[in-house]
Amino acid sequence: MKKSILILGATSDIGKALAKRYAAEGWGIFLAGRDRDQLDRLASDIKIRYNVPADAHYFDALAYDSHKDFWKNLQDLPSVTVSVFGYLGEQETAEEDWEMCQRILDTNYTAAVSILNLVSNSYLERGQGVIIGISSVAGDRGRSSNYLYGSSKAAFTAYLSGLRARMFAKNVHVMTVKPGFVMTKMTAGMDLPPLLTAKPGAVANVIFKAMKKKKNVIYVEGKWRWIMLIIKLIPETIFKRLKF
Amino acid sequence: MGKRKEISNWGRYPRIEKKESLFDNIPVLDGFLSDADTLIARGMGRCYGDSSLGENIINTASFNRFLAFDDKEGVIECESGVTLDEILQVVVPKGWFIPVTPGTKFVTVGGAIASDIHGKNHHIDGSFSRHVLSLQIKCSDGTTYHCTPTDHADLFSATCGGMGLTGIILSAKIRLKKIATAYIRQKQLKAPSLDKLLELFNIYQDYTYSVAWVDCLSKGKSFGRGILMLGEHAEEQEVKPGVDTLKVHKTPKFNIPFNFPSLVLNKLTIRLFNTLYYLKNLREEQDSVVHYDGFFYPLDNINNWNRMYGKRGFFQYQFVLPLDKLDLLKEVMLLIAKNNKASFLSVLKVFGEQDGVLSFPMKGYTLALDIPYDPHLDQFLDQLDLMISEGGGRFYLAKDARMKKETFWQTYQQADKFLEIVNKYNPGSSFSSLQSQRLGITS
Repeated sequence: MKKSILILGATSDIGKALAKRYAAEGWGIFLAGRDRDQLDRLASDIKIRYNVPADAHYFDALAYDSHKDFWKNLQDLPSVTVSVFGYLGEQETAEEDWEMCQRILDTNYTAAVSILNLVSNSYLERGQGVIIGISSVAGDRGRSSNYLYGSSKAAFTAYLSGLRARMFAKNVHVMTVKPGFVMTKMTAGMDLPPLLTAKPGAVANVIFKAMKKKKNVIYVEGKWRWIMLIIKLIPETIFKRLKF
Repeated sequence: MGKRKEISNWGRYPRIEKKESLFDNIPVLDGFLSDADTLIARGMGRCYGDSSLGENIINTASFNRFLAFDDKEGVIECESGVTLDEILQVVVPKGWFIPVTPGTKFVTVGGAIASDIHGKNHHIDGSFSRHVLSLQIKCSDGTTYHCTPTDHADLFSATCGGMGLTGIILSAKIRLKKIATAYIRQKQLKAPSLDKLLELFNIYQDYTYSVAWVDCLSKGKSFGRGILMLGEHAEEQEVKPGVDTLKVHKTPKFNIPFNFPSLVLNKLTIRLFNTLYYLKNLREEQDSVVHYDGFFYPLDNINNWNRMYGKRGFFQYQFVLPLDKLDLLKEVMLLIAKNNKASFLSVLKVFGEQDGVLSFPMKGYTLALDIPYDPHLDQFLDQLDLMISEGGGRFYLAKDARMKKETFWQTYQQADKFLEIVNKYNPGSSFSSLQSQRLGITS
């Protein structure tokens, strides 16, 4: 069977970088997202640059009811599905504004569960497949400055962990990716520490290699594993006094 | 929009602290247009001076997708942030080549059009814009125009060479050149004097590619000695058997990570380099078959080669003089030699006819020099400016960072017409660079 990857949230910077990385290895690319024009441009770009098949598919993460048809309408079953879409929101606004808060929770968790349930069931049926979930280091511990986003990612991390265990015996692999800071549209304008900030191309590269090695949980930059370990080890009595 | 940071172009002068914003879709670009009073597009930053610097810089690096490639007809369409380097990677394996290329492949399509770049084949194929079949450009009120040499022909002609002042170029459709191989049949001819060099230019004018390296420091009998380099795309049988005939270039490995101390390049080392470069060709005539990368882009294999000139940087100075002003060309070159102002890689070429309204190339001789910075340089160049503009010549805007306003208006005869077109499509003009302000093209 030809190798192919479905990228959910393909117009995001990490999505675009993944599309290019996999296409460069000769994989067929399914690009899914809401912005038709962007998806079409990306698909033609990939076809021309890498001589691989690339198709654009409309996918609205928050329109749960449409997920079944979306999945059914893909001509071939992609051998790998990666869920990249996400919504950062603004912590302070979301504390007051339920609409934004709900959008954070729904996009990062509920929507991902809705589509990955369908994907995993069909991979299970087929007895093969790889699911990659882009979670976040923010899900490792809730911090006062972004715990709404963080908790939605924590839930997603837990979901992927359980899914991995369920799929393991059936030859379906699930990989959790926890990027730290990445230079993307999502973080544009933020003052990020250059040494801890990865470029989308580097993230895609790490993901591709880790997938080949069938890794379970990866931090994109190894440093983050240790940073988050320290953050997780801080006793709650001290942690609650920290403003970060 | 993005954060403020220090930005300069290839000549590393001037340096400004400004925001540079990226976009990968039209709504984001529309937002920039409505938020800012003035904008200027910037690509790879390979112009030398301040052409793409301004109050609000819009970088096209993320707007870089290929939209269509017809490998039967040799037509490619892409967004403005795609580089010539990327186009070569796509088209060479299919037997096509960029119709006009400058001395580096690290320029964007948008930049190539805005500067209406020229190459070693200008006398035969004209400048880049002659091969642009159509382009999409967004003007200040947000309207996107589809222009061709016949559709919105005025906007097309002003955009080609218009230094980004007519709007933000979104995409372009380009006609490619058919090649049998990725190799160039090269002929190098040594000329012991300028007269001999110009004679050779004349004899070999039918060659597709021609350019001469000139030793601008030699005096007396060997004044203006040089090496004429000629090239034609090689046929399959000319390439060594077993070689991949349509091989794409490699990505560069070497990097100059820091500025050279200013002492490394001084009058002595430069003179030595020029002499050695001339002497390296032992025979009068040398024929060889070389890969296009080495033929067109000898410096692309060293990243940041501009750092060789030290922290203070250098001026790249390029002018063109009409063919009948040969005596003046010699006078200018003598003056440069006398004042020891030249460095290595002085390049001489004969141009064909002009294309766009504000395009630099016109029928005549063009000379490009790298001149390391020194405190008296500006005064010296002002003197040259005067001689050249009075002789009916002009200067390449993509390499300019210091020309006086009067010089521009005196030397670009169609500047009024250009401004008229800019204002027609951008009432209240939104596009403005430090250069266009300095030259009094925009406020």
